[in-house]
Amino acid sequence: MKRPFALLTCILLLAASPAHMTERQRALHALNRLGFGPRPGDVERVMRIGVDRWIDRQLHPEGIADAAVDERLKSYATLRMSNRDIVQKFYAPIAEVRREAKGDEAMLKELREKIPYDQRPQRVVEELVSQRIVRAADSDRQLNEVMVDFWMNHFNVFLGKGLDRFLLTSYERDVVRPRVWGKFEDLLMATAKSPAMLFYLDNARSMNGKLNENYAREIMELHTLGVDGGYTQKDVTELARVLTGWSIAMPRQGGGFVFRPRMHDSGAKTVLGVRFPAGGGIEEGERMIHILAHHPATAHHIALQLCQRLVSDDPPKALVDRVAKTFLATDGDLRKTVKAVIDSPEFWDLRVYRAKVKAPFEYVVSAIRAVDGHVDDARPVARALQQIGEPLYGAQPPTGYSDKSEAWENSGALMNRLNFALALAGNTLPGVRSDVAALVPEPSVDNLAVALTGGKLTEATRKTITDPQPRAIAGLILGSPEFQRQ
Amino acid sequence: MIDRRIFLKSSGMALVAGGLLPNVFVRMAGAATTGGKKVVVAIFQRGAVDGLNVVVPYGEAAYYAARPSIAIPRADVQDLDGFFGVHPALASLVPYFKEKSAAFVHAVGSPDATRSHFDAQDFMESGTPGVKTTEDGFLSRAIATKPAASPLRAVALGQAQPRILAGKANAVTIANINQFGVRGDAAVTSAFESMYGGFEAAKILKAANPAKLQPENGAVYPAAPLGNSLKQIAQLIKANVGLEVAFTDVGGWDTHAGEGGAQGQLANNLRNFGEAIAAFAKDLGSRMSDIVVVTMSEFGRTVRENGNRGTDHGHANVMMLLGGGIRGGKVHGKWPGLANLYENRDLAVTTDFRDVFAEVLVGQLGVTSLKAVFPGYTAKPVGIAPS
Repeated sequence: MKRPFALLTCILLLAASPAHMTERQRALHALNRLGFGPRPGDVERVMRIGVDRWIDRQLHPEGIADAAVDERLKSYATLRMSNRDIVQKFYAPIAEVRREAKGDEAMLKELREKIPYDQRPQRVVEELVSQRIVRAADSDRQLNEVMVDFWMNHFNVFLGKGLDRFLLTSYERDVVRPRVWGKFEDLLMATAKSPAMLFYLDNARSMNGKLNENYAREIMELHTLGVDGGYTQKDVTELARVLTGWSIAMPRQGGGFVFRPRMHDSGAKTVLGVRFPAGGGIEEGERMIHILAHHPATAHHIALQLCQRLVSDDPPKALVDRVAKTFLATDGDLRKTVKAVIDSPEFWDLRVYRAKVKAPFEYVVSAIRAVDGHVDDARPVARALQQIGEPLYGAQPPTGYSDKSEAWENSGALMNRLNFALALAGNTLPGVRSDVAALVPEPSVDNLAVALTGGKLTEATRKTITDPQPRAIAGLILGSPEFQRQ
Repeated sequence: MIDRRIFLKSSGMALVAGGLLPNVFVRMAGAATTGGKKVVVAIFQRGAVDGLNVVVPYGEAAYYAARPSIAIPRADVQDLDGFFGVHPALASLVPYFKEKSAAFVHAVGSPDATRSHFDAQDFMESGTPGVKTTEDGFLSRAIATKPAASPLRAVALGQAQPRILAGKANAVTIANINQFGVRGDAAVTSAFESMYGGFEAAKILKAANPAKLQPENGAVYPAAPLGNSLKQIAQLIKANVGLEVAFTDVGGWDTHAGEGGAQGQLANNLRNFGEAIAAFAKDLGSRMSDIVVVTMSEFGRTVRENGNRGTDHGHANVMMLLGGGIRGGKVHGKWPGLANLYENRDLAVTTDFRDVFAEVLVGQLGVTSLKAVFPGYTAKPVGIAPS
């Protein structure tokens, strides 16, 4: 199999003769890029509201009622628990069992199985993963969920690193979600002081004379300046010194951020040309975070990543520069920065319409929405995501997952996308109910194509579908190159 | 554990089949072969493994001075040559070294100074350190210099296509060889085939059914991701599906804190790593004479331990080679010592990782144009896999 999606690009580019999107195309484009794709009837609904007005509402999610989702998530008790409560309830039993087993693997396994499901770490993980899937699939605050996905990935914390599985619930709920429409500096500062990040990138343990430069490097390389942002190894080491003492109060009891003056390196330092005389404390790190948040290289790095997520894998330089300018001019206002991307002519260029390959999470959720699927149990969906290659909270390296499609375009992952499509449309995916035959009055190939993709299939795809069964037709459409793109 | 019978049997064959390389795999004359097909298996240790605790320069006092809490005590080091020894968790591989079937290259790495995991992995996989615009990977370029054979000639075991195999080789990425295929009826499968231009690789896999080929010679793979991947690579080799290059990766090496010494975090990872590779060699038995396993990692780690009994990002590292096409029983490369460190903190690079791969690719796969594989670079001899 050659580049599986390449052919379609050519076809779509050739078809792109009119200069502007129609209103219907604009509605579909907005639903695809600023959300996880349309549910049946969404395109018409957005057209009725007016595309621009719908987008404006999406940019202010606090004004969108989301009662149905709130109700849905009520049964996930861990979503309302503090770090302290989660650690006490779900970490303490496993820690106790470990102590008791004293390194005896067989005994550990046996004792672990005796812990009631209600108190197993697995429960925290499953509820966390499930809420992301349910929200993306069902929330009316679609753009909000897109941005949560974007920022959780930007400030990636890996579920599999030690205590982090107990800290991610609060990290997403208390650190990231409340700040995705605020100022970048606030988000950066909150992640810097979050137990989840302090633990993940080891800063909690870095101290005077016993430096750990993991976080100091990644905050510059990944969170702010970018790898070509102009810092040196010396800057990394010096910033690590600045950040000594930024730690967690009693991590194994679910404690919060603490600055420990005794762990702090109070000597003189210079980072990125900024000099700190001896005798400083927590304000040094806060000042550096302020400087990093407002640095032109940061503006460019964030603008590039946002454009990659919302517009195309290789966005035009002029667009990135303009968005970076907005970022700088608005003090890193994330709502205005995102709006700058959406308001650009590049965002509405016909060449990007249905041209970007969906990331695994986008693909899976958009397919569920397209068939109007109802998620009773999100765990099988989470497993499908794993097979397609990007389990939620499962990126081990601090880079998170790539926003460029080349990372997901491979034969094995494609097979798993196709198998997911067939199971979903066939109503054989456990935990998700769907009835594709009921989507349209007459479930022909053409009618189902419009219902599922919002448009026509290419002739090449159209003629491959010969099976008359609605479930088979829908499965093939969901697996088709057309549906792989947004 | 090593199957003693194989080694006893093979030792008698040394003069017959040994040739220039006194390598146990070459001396083996068992019935099982790859049908003459040469295979390279590359394993990427993502996260930067601490090479100084993998192949320990136990003969150098500076090593112990730099690592008060995480050095591998002399008594625990498994000696290789009187100066270097391996971590005790790699004991399963020592017999292969003694039998001259395994070798190491120390102080090897990329000339680029980056200590970014992402950039360094990217450079190592593109094969063009310092050049970010390279679109394909060097293993793909290497295989693409040869005439197209099987659709399964280049396979990555894992979830995502690795950069190293991106490009014209049209490598196939497989997470699980048992599940590689569309689960639908004939009409559905053929429709998807038409949409995506054929599933040749899936068809061949289905016909060959490699999953039925269970480990041989009593090999037991650790029940962990690398063990599962290597077991499947072995199955592909045995099924004769035309595999020439296989790649897989394994994470968990970014030991910034609590690295441990003879025991602990790194030890546990290394044990899994060594036992998976040892199981692979045992499983394939005499077929190993046509196979070379190469390990790589983006950079090494600081010589001095950090404040958390771990190590930070460094520079030079160690590579391991195992198989029939190599000069085993030796730690190759020029040892720069720990007195003069790169940027006053890291082991200096004295061998470019491309030199090692150049010899393996020429010697093993018969690649004729190294210029296409490593553009703008002239490989220097290491003497590890002479062609």
